[in-house]
Amino acid sequence: MRSFVPLYLSRVFRLSIFCLALLAPSGLVRAGEPEIVETFGAADAPGRLVIRSTIDLRIFGQVVDAYLETRPDLQIVYQQWGSNDLYQDSVEGCHGGDDPADMVMSSGVHQMVRLVNDACALSYRSPATANLPSALRWRDELWGVTREPVVMVYNRRLVPPSEIPHTRFDLLDLLRPSLSRYAGKVATYDIEQSGVGYLFAFADSREATTFGALLESFGRTDAVATCCSAELISGVADGTYLIAYNVIGSYAMELAYGDDRLGVVLPEDYTLVLSRAVMIPKQAHHPVEAQAFLEYLLSSAGQTELQRARLIMPLIGEVGAEGETISETALRSISLSPTLLVALDRQKRSHFISRWRETFEVARPPESDPQ
Amino acid sequence: MARKLFSLGSSSLTMRVALAVTSLLVIGGVLVSIAAFAYGRQAAQEAYDRLLLGAANDIAGSISVVNGEAVVDLSASAFQLLALAPDDRVAYRVIGVDGQTLTGYDELIVPPGADGSGGSRFFDGTFTGEQARYVVVLRRIAERSLNGTIQVIVGHTMLARNALALDITRKALLAAVVSGIAMLLLAVFVVRSALKPLERIAQTIAGRDPHDLTPVDPHVPREAAVLIGALNGFMARLDRQMSTMRNLISDTAHQLRTPVAALRAQADLAAEVEDDERRRAVVARIHARSVSLGRLLDQLLSRALVMHRGDSARREVLDLRDVALDVFESGDFNILAPDAGVRLAIGEEPVAVLADAPSLQEAVKNLVTNAIKHGKAPVEIGVSADNGEGCIWVRDAGGGLPPSVEEALGERFLRSAVSRGDSSGLGLAIALAVAEAFDGRLSFTRPETGGFRVAVMLPLKEDSK
Repeated sequence: MRSFVPLYLSRVFRLSIFCLALLAPSGLVRAGEPEIVETFGAADAPGRLVIRSTIDLRIFGQVVDAYLETRPDLQIVYQQWGSNDLYQDSVEGCHGGDDPADMVMSSGVHQMVRLVNDACALSYRSPATANLPSALRWRDELWGVTREPVVMVYNRRLVPPSEIPHTRFDLLDLLRPSLSRYAGKVATYDIEQSGVGYLFAFADSREATTFGALLESFGRTDAVATCCSAELISGVADGTYLIAYNVIGSYAMELAYGDDRLGVVLPEDYTLVLSRAVMIPKQAHHPVEAQAFLEYLLSSAGQTELQRARLIMPLIGEVGAEGETISETALRSISLSPTLLVALDRQKRSHFISRWRETFEVARPPESDPQ
Repeated sequence: MARKLFSLGSSSLTMRVALAVTSLLVIGGVLVSIAAFAYGRQAAQEAYDRLLLGAANDIAGSISVVNGEAVVDLSASAFQLLALAPDDRVAYRVIGVDGQTLTGYDELIVPPGADGSGGSRFFDGTFTGEQARYVVVLRRIAERSLNGTIQVIVGHTMLARNALALDITRKALLAAVVSGIAMLLLAVFVVRSALKPLERIAQTIAGRDPHDLTPVDPHVPREAAVLIGALNGFMARLDRQMSTMRNLISDTAHQLRTPVAALRAQADLAAEVEDDERRRAVVARIHARSVSLGRLLDQLLSRALVMHRGDSARREVLDLRDVALDVFESGDFNILAPDAGVRLAIGEEPVAVLADAPSLQEAVKNLVTNAIKHGKAPVEIGVSADNGEGCIWVRDAGGGLPPSVEEALGERFLRSAVSRGDSSGLGLAIALAVAEAFDGRLSFTRPETGGFRVAVMLPLKEDSK
């Protein structure tokens, strides 16, 4: 049953009031369904652990397998969710949903911070969690377990080496000419549909003024906003897009290894580093199993597995096929702190999205432009 | 309980001071702890309240009016401020002029209070079931399109506050405990060194010969000097009394030997005389000797009494007139000289002095006896007061003492008088001893009206009236 359901078609961003309501942090809207559900371990195992996560099963499955080798008594139900749906589901679970997860892992760390702020998480403290740097834990209820750079992916066949954008400024330069061949060929997350896309865009907006110029360039050149990492990367691979901006590095690396059409760049001006956050919901039925799994993820065995799955990346030194390197000062971790609550503020969010939307509105063909 | 008190009364000074200092430190420690906790709480409260206020003002400052609607462009800096309390949940709500939530948590409400006064107000509450502290800041909007007050509520849970309060309290307590221990050690040291002189004195006294009544070295701290002074005074008195007794015994022995020997000689003579006439004469001499011996014995005893009482008897307020009256009424001298014609001359006013009545009576009796024996009748007993001195005197019409005796009147003379068995000298010696025992003197005058007056002058008790 390993298949991706359903992949959204890429499309130019479209305005939708309903979408806004969907993203509002109230529990009124019915959450979606998991994209994939997979059960690991023996069916008759006494222990049970339900994980809801945004990590691709394809990538994370090996970590779960490795863990279950040490825990033959455990059955793990792994559900892969989109970050927004997972957030909605967790909000419902927090407010008395009947089917809570035992562990939630999400790349939408701002949503996780919000869940913790709303007292939806169980507290847990151990030497391993206490050892985490303060940017990777909050309140002993939220822990960052991975270390993934946010990268640009390009098509190695269609983008000549001289034009590979090593920084955001390079990307701006590529888009500047009025007849740039990159027009309409640059893609990024649709920030309304993808929680992690929104998070990256929000982090960008706080990191540098480059973000404003990028938005403007994206708008002017008909850049494409689409849903998911997998789709972005496959689009680059097949030449639909030349460059994908702000892609989670783990997926890109994973695919780039097996596909010589794909190149990966860690932007040298700054590279965002995402740590996917783990929390144990307050209503979890199997919190002890969840804590044990968290311990595993933080143990050296677990870290090795996560590295093998490219969820923890050695960022200094050799990373990409081209031997991309990046200095340590350019790394910007998205730290788990209440500051991320700003990202989910309803007014802030609607302003941010409407600004994003206006950019893409301007980019529309003249005949459909009301102005 | 009584036993406990008793044991406290006799416990060592070191123990007492240690107990006192310890209880002082314990009470002080409790007070300091309470103060430290209150201070810690307040300091933490103030520190984090400022943080809250800063964040709230930041948010209030980010409110703008666009197309007649209030728009909150939440700034990350406000939340960075709040993130300075790293593990605390953050709650916020912006309420528009119409009372509707513009953004944030709908469940936050401002409790009723003086929020119309403007500025900011802090209040306590809860957030998702946890204790929380809030501030509400008012932002007044006066645009053509929008007019009213927007409330910004910002709060956070209390983890960081409590941690800071605890931290401050702990540090203050640590300082208090350290200084308390230091004070205790210092107190022990101080008490030990302060009590060292006492120990030394104790050793000095313990190591003394039991017959050694010389003063103890008075070079000790002032507080102990009182003790040493009293001790030395006591030993001096003891010493004086002992030597007085020694003198008395030796004098008495010496004085009695001669008359007793004479009496025995007379008695031997009487046994040998056969002639009745002569025997009668010898018996008469024996009688006279016996009488004189009896008087001498009286005087010796009264002197012993005076010597003894002078040092040991309690002084009390006396009216000299009572003394004179007692002597007059006792009428001892009538046995000696029934026709002496003794008179009393006392005034209306009481003459009060500090003295011992029996001693004074002895002195006056001796003076009267002297006057009767050696002076001329009439003899007068009188009391008067002048120049701050009370005076009890005996006057006779005779010529008085020979001037040489008067001038030589002193211890030496009296001593010799005593050893000579001279009864008039002995009487004066008694009077002088009594006068000096009560800080007075003996005076001899020859009044213009004639005769000779011997007076015991004592300082008047000023506030006797």
